Amino acid sequence: MERLTTFTSTTVVFDADDVDTDQVIPARFLKGTARSGWGAHLFADRRYDAEGRPRPEFPLNHPAAQAARVLVAGRNFGCGSSREHAVWALQGFGFRAVVAPSFADIFRGNALKNGLLPVVVDEAVHGRLVSAPGSPVTVDLEAQKLSLADGTEAGFVIDPFARYCLLNGIDELQFLLGQEEAIAAHERRADSPIGGSTS
Amino acid sequence: MSDRAPRTLFDKVWEAHLVRRATDDTPAVLYVDLHLVHEVTSPQAFAILRERGLRVRRPDRTVATMDHSTPTTPRRAGSPVEIPDREAAAQVKALEANCREFGIPLYALGNERQGIVHVIGPELGLTRPGMTIVCGDSHTSTHGAFGALAFGIGTSEVGHVLATQCLLQARPRTLAVEAEGRLPAGVTAKDLILALIARIGIGGATGHVIEYRGPAVRALSMEERMTVCNMSIEAGARAGMVAPDDTTFEYLSGRPHAPQGPQWDAALESWRRLPTDDGAVFDREVRLDASALEPMITYGTNPGMGIPIRGTVPDPGGNPTLQRALAYMGLEPGQKLLGRPVDVVFIGSCTNSRLSDLRQAATVFAGRRVAPGVRVLVVPGSQQVKRQAEAEGLDRIFREAGADWRESGCSLCIAMNGDRLEAGQYAVSTSNRNFEGRQGAGGRTFLASPLTAAAAAVTGRIADAREVLG
Ligand code: SF4
Repeated sequence: MERLTTFTSTTVVFDADDVDTDQVIPARFLKGTARSGWGAHLFADRRYDAEGRPRPEFPLNHPAAQAARVLVAGRNFGCGSSREHAVWALQGFGFRAVVAPSFADIFRGNALKNGLLPVVVDEAVHGRLVSAPGSPVTVDLEAQKLSLADGTEAGFVIDPFARYCLLNGIDELQFLLGQEEAIAAHERRADSPIGGSTS
Repeated sequence: MSDRAPRTLFDKVWEAHLVRRATDDTPAVLYVDLHLVHEVTSPQAFAILRERGLRVRRPDRTVATMDHSTPTTPRRAGSPVEIPDREAAAQVKALEANCREFGIPLYALGNERQGIVHVIGPELGLTRPGMTIVCGDSHTSTHGAFGALAFGIGTSEVGHVLATQCLLQARPRTLAVEAEGRLPAGVTAKDLILALIARIGIGGATGHVIEYRGPAVRALSMEERMTVCNMSIEAGARAGMVAPDDTTFEYLSGRPHAPQGPQWDAALESWRRLPTDDGAVFDREVRLDASALEPMITYGTNPGMGIPIRGTVPDPGGNPTLQRALAYMGLEPGQKLLGRPVDVVFIGSCTNSRLSDLRQAATVFAGRRVAPGVRVLVVPGSQQVKRQAEAEGLDRIFREAGADWRESGCSLCIAMNGDRLEAGQYAVSTSNRNFEGRQGAGGRTFLASPLTAAAAAVTGRIADAREVLG
């Protein structure tokens, strides 16, 4: 996984609440078996009309959006389906962070595991970001701080282990593989009828 | 925590599966008893294993099926299954190859045990009280009906579980939903859960595991409890659970994977210790009077936008999410849904495709005809459900009424398998998500119970099944 530390980028604002992962990437695109190539389908039904032409009013279609690496989203972003394809599609477009007042649980976990940073901000900071689309922000994971162009600085909270993994480019699987002894001990202790073998 | 402190059902299952407790720097390592796998969210996870030269740690705790992208068009028993969609066919092939390579049992298309992953786990007795169960699918919450801790995971985590049988987890908070009274006649488990989500909202249980409690829940059958737990995720919950009781044990007894003989007795003894202790504390509590509930239906584009079937579409005021939802659905504030024409009725999905759901729908179809111009799909959740329904003659009732009787799978719940709505069409659906485009780009979904769906099928309109049945 790529390391994530500090970066500065312009934002795209898509400030709708409860955007579900079916919006982020509709199910009919989920038949692929690779991890790349998903960016083209990001927000497909919002971004393109029935003939596949980009809708000019959709924020991601603005020319300035193409270089943005930060998406400013609404409340409860990423609810619904567990599809990790939603994260791959956001990254495929070029995003490295999503800033919102809140995230759905599974989406937040999926994002962190792929190096897409979910940044929770309060309503006041969110309001400032929403009212200044395209302005630059700096995301500092080390200091857990977001700096806006107007000088506002906002701290954000992130699970310390996820932060450690992101800063060092380590993934969780490596850590889990290192737990072999404890896992084997658990299996010796608890392979009982309650956990039961499934075969 | 000392042995004497009263604990919740969730606490007990969580603590029994801790391989390593959380520290200040690291989350808990949680052991997974059962890992269910399907074709859509697994290929990239198997790729991770291959890239790193890893094996599947416990193929004996892993079970795969195919359901999401598989067609449900009727076929002759024993005839080869063809998947016309090339990409879907490739995905199914990839799962077959992965299961072969890594030694994972697979209930493939054409197998008599194939079906929607959340339908076959319970019916095969794989899902049992006290277990931890995960799957790369958010409706894994269904399995919590047995007093298991069951939740959906992403594809990276599918890889973690394949490789280590473990997950890194932050401990969720607990939410008690106390359902008092009893559901009135004609009001179903689906209405109960839709009413709860309408009340607490689609983010209302984010970060929490729900325990459904109270007399209204105790009175539910296992299939009804599964319907309730299934939609926990639609309130944002990590999982939903119901404490196991005699209803649970009766359901499990004799199932193919259920323990037998002395092992059954030992299991029963431990399962009886699982229910929440008196005096155990939940982080939050919500009370619901089940006896005051009506059949529910959604009017909008998320499962929280639900109203009693005789109610009216609310005024969105200045809320842009609601405004957009009404525009998408082609509805006006203050309108009644009752009497609105529908194009398609879907009875199926992991929420409502079990035998009891089909039986309920059949009570409406019996002696009636599908209204002209309405397309009706009845899709059993598994091959086993299909066979049972056919043994009871339910398929004949559906077909004679003019409904389509299909092969098992996710079908019109997710519209990635050939079954889908056309843009602008209205559907009454027993599935769990009415998101924009969920059932096909531009399609418009009203979520409801099998009774309400069947009533719409025979009247061609949104109807109150209690009136249709008289
Ligand atoms: S029936 Fe629908 S919700 Fe259930 S597993 Fe299939 S696609 Fe998901």
